[in-house]
Amino acid sequence: MLQEAALTETKTETETVTGADLLLRALEFENVEVIFGYPGGAVLPIYDKLYDSKILHVLPRHEQGGIHAAEGYARISGKPGVVIATSGPGATNIVTGLADAMMDSLPLIVFTGQVATGVIGSDAFQEADILGITTPITKYNYQIRSIEDIPRIVKEAFYIASTGRPGPVLIDIPKDIAASIAQPPEEKEVDLPGYQPTLKPNYLQVRKLTEAVSRAKKPVILAGAGVLHAKASAELKEYAEQQQIPVIHTLLGLGGFPANHSLFVGMAGMHGCYAANMGLTECDLLINIGARFDDRLTGNLKHFAPHATVAHIDIDPAEIGKNVPTSIPIVADAKEALQQLIQQDGKPPAQKEWMETIQQWQEEYPYFYDREAERLKPQKVMEMLHAKTNGDAIVVTDVGQHQMWAAQYYRFKRADRWVTSGGLGTMGFGFPASIGAQLADPDACVIAVCGDGGFQMSTQELAIIKELNLPVKIVILNNMALGMVRQWQEIFYESRFSHSKIPVQPSFVKLAEAYDIKGYMIQSEKEAEAVLDEVLNSREPVLLDFRVDPDENVYPMIAPGKGLHEMVGVKP
Amino acid sequence: MKRIICLTVMNRPGVLNRITNLFSKRNFNIESISVGLSEHEGMSRITCVVHVEDDRASEQITKQLNKQIDVIKVTDITDQSIVARELALIKVQAVPYTRNEVYSLIEPFRASVIDVSKDSMTIQITGESDKVEAFIDLIKPYGIKELARTGTTAFPRGTQRNSQQHKSYSII
Ligand SMILES: Cc1ncc(C[n+]2csc(CCOP(=O)(O)OP(=O)(O)O)c2C)c(N)n1
Repeated sequence: MLQEAALTETKTETETVTGADLLLRALEFENVEVIFGYPGGAVLPIYDKLYDSKILHVLPRHEQGGIHAAEGYARISGKPGVVIATSGPGATNIVTGLADAMMDSLPLIVFTGQVATGVIGSDAFQEADILGITTPITKYNYQIRSIEDIPRIVKEAFYIASTGRPGPVLIDIPKDIAASIAQPPEEKEVDLPGYQPTLKPNYLQVRKLTEAVSRAKKPVILAGAGVLHAKASAELKEYAEQQQIPVIHTLLGLGGFPANHSLFVGMAGMHGCYAANMGLTECDLLINIGARFDDRLTGNLKHFAPHATVAHIDIDPAEIGKNVPTSIPIVADAKEALQQLIQQDGKPPAQKEWMETIQQWQEEYPYFYDREAERLKPQKVMEMLHAKTNGDAIVVTDVGQHQMWAAQYYRFKRADRWVTSGGLGTMGFGFPASIGAQLADPDACVIAVCGDGGFQMSTQELAIIKELNLPVKIVILNNMALGMVRQWQEIFYESRFSHSKIPVQPSFVKLAEAYDIKGYMIQSEKEAEAVLDEVLNSREPVLLDFRVDPDENVYPMIAPGKGLHEMVGVKP
Repeated sequence: MKRIICLTVMNRPGVLNRITNLFSKRNFNIESISVGLSEHEGMSRITCVVHVEDDRASEQITKQLNKQIDVIKVTDITDQSIVARELALIKVQAVPYTRNEVYSLIEPFRASVIDVSKDSMTIQITGESDKVEAFIDLIKPYGIKELARTGTTAFPRGTQRNSQQHKSYSII
């Protein structure tokens, strides 16, 4: 008895762990459900521990697919997406995803393997200076230099990635650190004196905004993705209703405010609707909530909101005043700011005329396309998808014309149903991101809307949806072209279609079938009608190759250098 | 216009790289940067001299710097009453018959000679950049063989005159 007790005692005293053990413990501690990872030499110690781990590991067929999937997961779940890549080429393959997540403020924790500490700097096999490469495209990055630091660094990384303005954090782990053995280190608290996001708004600025609203005759709210990150849709709706302020969305903000609400104006920007762009041009008070006045939204800054007093609510102080001079700056979490504004319970000004003007614009200049055309129109496909999913699907897009048609015609009723690459505009993003979105919400109907060009940048991920039987619905709006490029060449380069047509394509249906996934080619509304209900309700992956009118363009459109009021293509 | 920005940063690996990286990423025009330990253990002090177009641009710089996780504090001290110093080492040609002339220039600038050889002497000068600049101009005709400048390092004076407009970063 005594002997046995002594034995267990010494056992606990000398419990040792490897760096990889500590890493996985830290991930379990953060309740990580899924890792998107790809093995290789430098991460073998970690993969050996993953062999016994309960955390779901998803193996993309290219690291870039893995990190985009993690982005889709992060956007829908609100939790950081976790990625593992090996050193050198594995690490450089995730660079595009990091830049994308940085631009669109998506929380990611990315682990990269690194060569052993002893050879760092010697151009060792599969060595890349991933800290140097990723410093400008991460919110923060670390290289672990000592095994004792693993728990603290992982904890800090999750904290940094998911608080304040979210973003990607990279942790580089030399192979010897992952393999080395130590006693479990003492728990350490997060120690980041230089990182203290401001969440609560300044009261005086809140008062100032409330007063500005009560004086305004033509106020608008411009709501961006900050509203979604802060989970503030309910507050946005309450505030807009209380103050009777019409709401305009950015591309990334879609869903933050219900599209079927009478105060919803539409999406603004390069391919936004007339009413939204004119609303921004004519307003006398512009309340930006969680948007960053990106150039694709503002058009030429000289003509942007020329009559408006600008208020800007943002958790990132550096965004305020960066592009547009702002007289009412409010550094805060969107939810906290909106709650305080609601509490002010200011008197809504009489602005019937303004609402009428906006409604008139909406009626006179809606999105349009030729509904009588013989060819299947991409806009029609999006309308059908909307109708058949009751506006409740998760729509994930790639980048190009189809992305804009999805944004225009899929009218989102609620938040967190929309995943798109806005800031970086990354082709190849959509399909893998839909995989992450489906994992984040397994019961949802997830539709990946892609162009025939962009889909070919990540077709290899068909393997994952087969392997995990993820019921993602791949919708290819196939125009046999890099459509958005073709459109710009048509308009700005005298229809000189330089390398934008791609007549040689695989049979997408056969490609799907090669992975044992069902595929359909659809050439008309009738054919679509025949399969869509069944496909959208099925619980298995399906690919739909819609052969749409190759000459269709996205309108309205604001040419580069023009102001929002200089839209073209506003009427048939 | 020229702005002097003081940073207190965590002394972590790569922190200087993060700061210089930020300047190039944001297309900020930097004249000099000087780094060294500060009065707090584990923290360094960085002084940057930057050229900006207007107040908005300088506000952007301070905000972007402040956003860095390793940056504890950012102050634009340009409009405060400050002490700013730069050190320069100048190796100048000096044959025996010009030596006295060079010495006569050194004195009013309170520079000092720290090394002498057969045909050259090395001068150390400290002061505000303008003074260093003026001295270099004066000494140039004798033939400068080597020149090394540290860039400005600065901080606010202990007592600020009341009339002085404070221009420290605050938006919240
Ligand atoms: C990685 C990457 N390369 C190039 C581009 C430039 N680009 C933007 S849209 C586009 C065309 C996309 O074509 P497709 O995927 O077929 O979609 P469509 O516009 O036809 O709907 C291109 C090449 C990009 N956004 N991303």
